[in-house]
Amino acid sequence: MMSFLFGRKKSANSAKERLQLVLIHDRTDLTPAELEALKDDLIATISRHIDIDPMAVRINMAQEGREQRLVADIPLKSATRKRTR
Amino acid sequence: MTAKVITVASGKGGVGKTTTVANIAVALAARGQKVTCIDGDIGLRNLDVVLGLENRIVYDLVDVIEGRCRLRQAMIRDKRLSELYLIPAAQTRDKTAVSPSDMVRLCDELRTEVDWIIIDSPAGIERGFKNAVAAADRVLVMTNPEVSAVRDADRVIGLLEADGKGPASLIINRLNPTMVKRGDMLSVEDVLDLLAIDLIGIVPEDENVIVASNKGQPLALDDKSKAGQAFQHIARRLLGEKVPFQDFNTPNVFQRLLGRK
Ligand SMILES: Nc1ncnc2c1ncn2[C@@H]1O[C@H](COP(=O)(O)OP(=O)(O)OP(=O)(O)O)[C@@H](O)[C@H]1O
Ligand SMILES: [Mg+2]
Repeated sequence: MMSFLFGRKKSANSAKERLQLVLIHDRTDLTPAELEALKDDLIATISRHIDIDPMAVRINMAQEGREQRLVADIPLKSATRKRTR
Repeated sequence: MTAKVITVASGKGGVGKTTTVANIAVALAARGQKVTCIDGDIGLRNLDVVLGLENRIVYDLVDVIEGRCRLRQAMIRDKRLSELYLIPAAQTRDKTAVSPSDMVRLCDELRTEVDWIIIDSPAGIERGFKNAVAAADRVLVMTNPEVSAVRDADRVIGLLEADGKGPASLIINRLNPTMVKRGDMLSVEDVLDLLAIDLIGIVPEDENVIVASNKGQPLALDDKSKAGQAFQHIARRLLGEKVPFQDFNTPNVFQRLLGRK
């Protein structure tokens, strides 16, 4: 709707964006669903040792050249509590 | 002599591998190099017609491998360029008639006789592709600025890396500068961002490619054709020359003249 009103997005841009996502999964052999499962496992494991907020955990695939990297950002609960006090 | 073995591969079919092998081979031979190209597309041979040598075939790759003829007998000499040879693919066999180690053995025998061995890979990532890259010192991965061709090129690059055959170099074929300019085709920069490998050539879309293949005369010798120039540049880069990449972003001469003072 919006794109209809404000001019079509260039098709080359959609091609590039779509390819960026497709290539990440092709290269790692990891589907979005498997990435979610990995995330759940990771949260469960870490929670056994330290208090975290599952909703705040960010796990993403990043790339540098042809290298793929799994980047996890896991804020600790006790740390945030102290800071807000 | 110890030849360098170069394979052109792509994953996706029809992106221009055979055209490129023919033209790089011709361009190298025109620069005084001794070149043999091998058609690795068994069952779908085409390099012979692109080079205009289809009427001279007696023996083929599978005949050499199965010992029905000597290597020399299967090398068809191009009459226009005395140091250019073709080993054609067998037309009535399939890819299983050749194994990767057959290709390594054959290329090892050939290495002492020529400067360059250029191998045309079939599409796909199975046996034919594995045969074609088995002996390669360097693989040139070919793509078009288009979603499925780029995706398949990425698969091939990944497979080559996993096999210790990297780093591959990229050729982008059929670039249409007018479409890039209006935002309807991936640019060279876009493709390089996505695939993250070194570039060795940019070949524009050019009608002369089809005219040349109609006639069986590769256009790498035609200095007026844009694609022909691009193939010559690739050949020179293979020879180690630093040839700057052409800027196809300014589609015609008038705009270029107006744009600059
Ligand atoms: N730069 C170009 N400009 C215009 N047409 C081109 C260009 N490059 C290739 N073509 C045309 O595209 C078609 C496919 O080319 P070619 O046979 O070289 O591809 P291929 O990758 O070898 O295909 P296959 O995977 O089937 O072996 C041919 O008709 C060829 O003439
Ligand atoms: Mg072909």
